[in-house]
Amino acid sequence: MATFAVNRADLTQPGIQANRSSPIAIRQMRLRDFRNYRRLDIETDSRPIILTGDNGAGKTNLLEAISLLAPGRGIRRASLSELTREGGHTWAVTATIASGKELVGVTTGRRSDSERRLIEIEGVATRSQSELAAFMGATWLTPAQDRLFMDSPAARRRFLDRLVLAIDNGHARRVASYERTLRERVLLLRQARPDPHWLRAIEQRLAEEGIAIAAARRELVQALDGVLAGAPSGDSAPMSPFPAAHLALEGGVDAMLESMPAVRAEALLIEQLADARQADSLQGGTSHGPHRSDLRVIDAESGREATACSTGRQKSLLLGIVLAEARLRADRQGQLPIILLDEVVAHLDERRRIQLFDYLVALGAQTWLTGTDEPNFAPLKGAAQFFHVQDAVLIRR
Amino acid sequence: MSTAEIDQLARLLAKLPGLGARSSRRAVLALLKRRETLGEPLVRALREAFDKVRACGVCGNLDSIDPCGICASQRRDRQTILVCEEVEDLWAMERAQSYGGLYHVLGGKLSAIDAVGPEDLGIDRLMARIQADDVKEVILALGATVDGQTTAHYIAERLAGLAVNVSRLGHGVPVGGELNYLDEGTLQAALRARQKLTL
Repeated sequence: MATFAVNRADLTQPGIQANRSSPIAIRQMRLRDFRNYRRLDIETDSRPIILTGDNGAGKTNLLEAISLLAPGRGIRRASLSELTREGGHTWAVTATIASGKELVGVTTGRRSDSERRLIEIEGVATRSQSELAAFMGATWLTPAQDRLFMDSPAARRRFLDRLVLAIDNGHARRVASYERTLRERVLLLRQARPDPHWLRAIEQRLAEEGIAIAAARRELVQALDGVLAGAPSGDSAPMSPFPAAHLALEGGVDAMLESMPAVRAEALLIEQLADARQADSLQGGTSHGPHRSDLRVIDAESGREATACSTGRQKSLLLGIVLAEARLRADRQGQLPIILLDEVVAHLDERRRIQLFDYLVALGAQTWLTGTDEPNFAPLKGAAQFFHVQDAVLIRR
Repeated sequence: MSTAEIDQLARLLAKLPGLGARSSRRAVLALLKRRETLGEPLVRALREAFDKVRACGVCGNLDSIDPCGICASQRRDRQTILVCEEVEDLWAMERAQSYGGLYHVLGGKLSAIDAVGPEDLGIDRLMARIQADDVKEVILALGATVDGQTTAHYIAERLAGLAVNVSRLGHGVPVGGELNYLDEGTLQAALRARQKLTL
């Protein structure tokens, strides 16, 4: 697949100079047979990008294409075939990404004869998505996350694990391994007389991986909580205008890690799993472990649970968390991730909208915002790049 | 393809590990072009191997004698058994020429999902060998995968009550490897398994 010719002279332009938290930015992007796009070529700089247009025009598809340039399955967690344009067999997203001092050419897509997603960095195929993390990162908020606080604990854990994965590359492997081992235990407990040695081997693995997962989540939650509480940041990032939230993990393993070292927590979890075999066998599940944890979010100002807050307040809290995560990544990795905000602005009153825009411009992250009504973005005129999206065609305003 | 025979041969070869449709067609062509020097000798070698080679009843290795040459050898350390998943792992260890003990080939890994249990892996046979032959050390040379590690834990569990040392191969930086090219999981494992440098 083709990659863009990289213009190294661009590196001298303002906005992509390397500093402790330089923004990652898409400089050029090309879509081929991706979702509703037959072909698209777009050039952007580090300023916010505003995509307006009717529902179904292709705004979110563009955000999804960007999200696929970072490790993970993108904002919709779609399958390869879902990403292919109707009638097509292959698709490709090619981009030139400014990252620190470098411009990097990345292509991802699907070949017709493969069920695996192709990833090429500078024209060289890579086996692991985690290699993308060295220079590309994205965080996002989409309408699907609007009900996160009212949704199931599993949805909140997925949200949290995505945030952990962004700063801890080993987390995805640990979670996948833990989930497979959980399935193994359930299957074994279904047997009439399961082998106790086999069960114990599985429970040891569950405890090792489970405590490591819980510890990684705990570390992330504490760090995010610090950013949300306004703890001094490593650089001069602006203060978030969104309501501060207090984050906490709730669950048996999380309580254990609060009161004892990880090695003891591991031993205790092994005991709990052994004791729960009979009950778990009847229920067809596993009653202890980080898959039972939940993320609690409390509005720091009112002290109320996020679930008890108004829809608008919940959205603001969530936005605050996503922006805090971007700052945390900037502190940890020295690079501000790209921020993708899908249909976020429509839910904010004018005061909050202006605060958000001011904050994003001050933060300096390349932010992609979508919305149906262009007037909602009027305060960003001159400070952002505006595109109108119509039937998978972009018209620069 | 010109004939059903050639099609059939290419389809069968394509089922071999490492061969795809294109490479199997090239292999068929090579075999037919070099009928006398390659094709016929290959057929004879295959027939001979199928007639003579069997799995060793003791360790699971493949050999034309049973017990296999390794199990029958008196020059090997008979108090150490290295447990591996497949015969190709045994071959890899032998190529390294740094291990002089016996082997036990499991023929797979424990996996409830794939319905592979201890009875499918001859683990009872391993336990019996350890107890009957006064084995002092069992080296678990299993893959660093979810199932490989569960299998290692399982065998270690089963051996817990016996007077035998259980060890596993180190995980970490390959010889001649550069840190820059290692994935995070391998680096973490290497860091955990760091050793004191003795001068």
